[in-house]
Amino acid sequence: MIVSCLFTLLSHWYRNPLQIFAYLSGVALATALWSGVQAINHEAKVSYRAAAQTLGEGQYNLIRPKQDETISVLDYVNLRKSGWLVSPVVDGSFDNVRLLGMDPLTLPSSFLFANANLTSSISGNDFFELLMTNENTSKNFGPNVKVIIDKNVAPGMAVGDISLVQRLLNKNNISYLIVNPIQPLEQTELEEIAPHLAIINTEQMTDISQLTDSFHLNLSAFGLLSFAVGLFIVHSTIGLAFEQRRAMMRSMRSMGVSLRTLIISVTTEMMILAMIGAVFGIVLGYLIAGLLLPDVAATLRGLYGANIAGTLQLRPAWWLSGLIIALLGTSLAMSSQIWQITKLPILASAKPRAWMVVTTSYFTLQMKASVVLLTLGSISAILFDGLVAGFALLGALLIAAAIALPAFLAWSLRKLQSYANTPLWDWFWADTRQQLPGLSLALMALLLAVSANIGVSTMVSSFRLTFISFLDQRLAPELFLQVASKDQSSELNTFLSERDIEVLPLMSVETVISKQPAELFGIKIGDTYRENWRFLDAVENPWDIVQLGKAIIVNEQFARRANLWVSDRVNINPNFSLPIAAIVGDYGNPKGQVIINEELFSNLFPQLYPARFGIRTDNPAELQSQIINQIGIDKNSIIDQKSLKAFSMEVFERTFLVTSALNVLTLGVASFAILMSLLTLADRRIPQLSPVWALGLTRSQLGKLELVRAVLLALFVVIFSIPTGLVLAWVLLNVINVKAFGWQLPMFLFPFEYLKLGLYAVCAAFLAATWPSLRLIKTPPSDLLKVFASER
Amino acid sequence: MVLKLNSIRKSYGTNEGKVLVLNDVSLTLFAGETLALRGESGSGKSTLLHIAGALELPDEGHVEIGGKELSKMDDTGRAAVRRKDIAIVFQHFNLIPSLNVAANINFQANLSGPVDKIKLEKIVSSLGLSDQMGKYPEALSGGQQQRVAIARALVTEPKLLLADEPTGNLDEQSSQSVLEQMLTLVAETNTALMVVTHSRNVAARMDKELQLIGGRLK
Repeated sequence: MIVSCLFTLLSHWYRNPLQIFAYLSGVALATALWSGVQAINHEAKVSYRAAAQTLGEGQYNLIRPKQDETISVLDYVNLRKSGWLVSPVVDGSFDNVRLLGMDPLTLPSSFLFANANLTSSISGNDFFELLMTNENTSKNFGPNVKVIIDKNVAPGMAVGDISLVQRLLNKNNISYLIVNPIQPLEQTELEEIAPHLAIINTEQMTDISQLTDSFHLNLSAFGLLSFAVGLFIVHSTIGLAFEQRRAMMRSMRSMGVSLRTLIISVTTEMMILAMIGAVFGIVLGYLIAGLLLPDVAATLRGLYGANIAGTLQLRPAWWLSGLIIALLGTSLAMSSQIWQITKLPILASAKPRAWMVVTTSYFTLQMKASVVLLTLGSISAILFDGLVAGFALLGALLIAAAIALPAFLAWSLRKLQSYANTPLWDWFWADTRQQLPGLSLALMALLLAVSANIGVSTMVSSFRLTFISFLDQRLAPELFLQVASKDQSSELNTFLSERDIEVLPLMSVETVISKQPAELFGIKIGDTYRENWRFLDAVENPWDIVQLGKAIIVNEQFARRANLWVSDRVNINPNFSLPIAAIVGDYGNPKGQVIINEELFSNLFPQLYPARFGIRTDNPAELQSQIINQIGIDKNSIIDQKSLKAFSMEVFERTFLVTSALNVLTLGVASFAILMSLLTLADRRIPQLSPVWALGLTRSQLGKLELVRAVLLALFVVIFSIPTGLVLAWVLLNVINVKAFGWQLPMFLFPFEYLKLGLYAVCAAFLAATWPSLRLIKTPPSDLLKVFASER
Repeated sequence: MVLKLNSIRKSYGTNEGKVLVLNDVSLTLFAGETLALRGESGSGKSTLLHIAGALELPDEGHVEIGGKELSKMDDTGRAAVRRKDIAIVFQHFNLIPSLNVAANINFQANLSGPVDKIKLEKIVSSLGLSDQMGKYPEALSGGQQQRVAIARALVTEPKLLLADEPTGNLDEQSSQSVLEQMLTLVAETNTALMVVTHSRNVAARMDKELQLIGGRLK
């Protein structure tokens, strides 16, 4: 019986191809953006895991040489003899690939390379002549390098036996030593065996996967938003299909189909169709992810220094998640319809007018739910700290705005109807109100898309303005350079002092301060800093106090992560603390920074010398060539202010390229939702418009009024979207950014941008309404007359 | 006995309070017997037909179809009775618009079990639908649609055929022809027929005629 019912239910779609297209494309679009984003996130996570397995970053303490020092094979032997369980690593670049030489015998077992020789089918001797790399990276090597493919090796890296890598890199020294977590109880202090070496603890290292979490969460949030917008199409189509099939279901019930059989049949039908839509969506998602991945990879490299594979693989983890969310979304969209079937008397008839009255009271209920949701979202953001609470507030805000929209539109239309001075406009406003239930889901989708666009573009543009001003402050010196040795550092200092050129030396060390990994900087405080740096908060005359060595300056992300602010004391080392004199904005940098004056820095770290410099000059090109020629600094170690700013801006723009692409796609999906709603509603419009046509309005006039209606509704949506989008921007700037990146940004308004966006949305609605309107204009009078013949 | 309604009471809640539609209604219908049920609009004729058709349950009283007591059954049980023992023809035909004539008739037949193809062809042919089988309901006239509804109803050989204003939407000529064909088929299959109608002409063609006045049968 179920097969018979299923066949009968499916026959509806066969007779309504546009509806099935709307339904399948709704599911496909919703799934596409979600699974595309999941594919990108998953690919990145696989890369982080591969990097962790290949490099062991953040899992083991390392022994590194101090500034200007090296680790010799003798150092390694001495350490091993003294009982230190360490494993040597040679790290370098070869054919644009990061080459790592390791010793599989002493390497901790969690390293990929530690197990490679055991699992490899290659005989022992051959193994030591091979580089292990993934397929993509292997293409970088010439024919003289033998490689073995292992998909688990991190992208852009190759690992081989230490002797082979030393030979390839032409290097005798060791780059660093991995310290095994299990060490003998008694061992000689490192300082005694090799004073030129230092231990770097895992806390001092930045965890890439943790750092990038917020970026991936942002992508997921966008994926979810696009999914929600797509789901509106699904919900709208399902609603219409159920309403149109109410008579069919009533007939089926009267012919002896039990409620249970009907529900099973309808659910099976919807799930089969959702599955088909989801498969299309996953294919589309794969293509979208493939297109976006290179930009995401560039963003992650620029912003966090994380390397992810530039190519996409079809992994079950993300396509399954796409399939599951499509089925869950469809279940959610159809749940209210199924509930209605259970409550539907077998002999109830579908009356649009009665339906509208019911829905109007439903609008009021939605309005109340919207207020409750907004209150709950705000309470959760106040009570709970963290990114998830921030996203909960965002979600609550968007859903609350969406469900309040029909009530706002109904109210506006009632007001406009009260001002109508001709019967035509009186009918127009009343008729528009009657269309609201059928169109409200598509209009909600448009609201979400336009609000998200306003919110995100305000956030990005505010960020851009702040970032440009920040670059002007931070990149005041005209030249930046890095020296290779202490001698070069002294030589440069002398060279510049002789010419009376202002130089800003920079000393830094990676350390742990207030339990946070941080970079401690020693700077020479002068006019450049005093004139250019703007603080978010500061005591009076902060530079004077810092110059006296009596206070520090910290960046905003450090202050927020350590929960410190101006005047709080910070332990620079266990025996020495200083108060914070100022907090400085430091956008685009994931790391915490603490700044002290150069004398204090030299006292704390006497072995360190300035390796980086900022130079003030009126003629950067000439000075650059003098420095290269006279001091012998490599030209790649010098960069002028203009290039550095251009590079920083490029990183910035690429960072938001993916966000912009997702934004445009979401708006596209919303426009599609309107088109599908109008097209699927078109048939239902005939009985509503026929009486007006019979009373004397031409089909052309009716078609034009349909266009006017779509444009006006879109305009109302845009008006409602502007405050929603601005609140969204405020939440993004003041809650999400603070939680995700550790910085708060000032909010700027861009009215021209909103006007442009509003125009796009209205144009999208106009274009979406054109086809249904043209169809109406071309409807033969015989079709309109059928209404009166009761033959429809 | 095909249908037995015993002391049926049914009321509906309205804004003005409860309205008693059927008050202590009892009737019986035997195989091959035809009954016309007449009454003013809103007198409860359709409600009585729906109760007899296992589409609604009475507030009080007993409904027995083919010896099966409906009040003891759940929705699935009542659906099975509708599939096997009852067929209903509505004023607005209630054809499934997305199925063609053949599929509409077959759908009901498939629900009830294996179809007697010879019988199906005979019914279709006697209703003059043989050359209409591939058409969709929207392409048929009202009279043709009602013939399809009758074919769909009778193909399962129900014990009881219920018709709610079967000719109410048809012109006089179609009305006569549809009624004639329905009565012939009912007689041939020995099916009990209960027709709700306003028409005296239709009522006059039935074996019995009852009037519903003030919720009671007269």
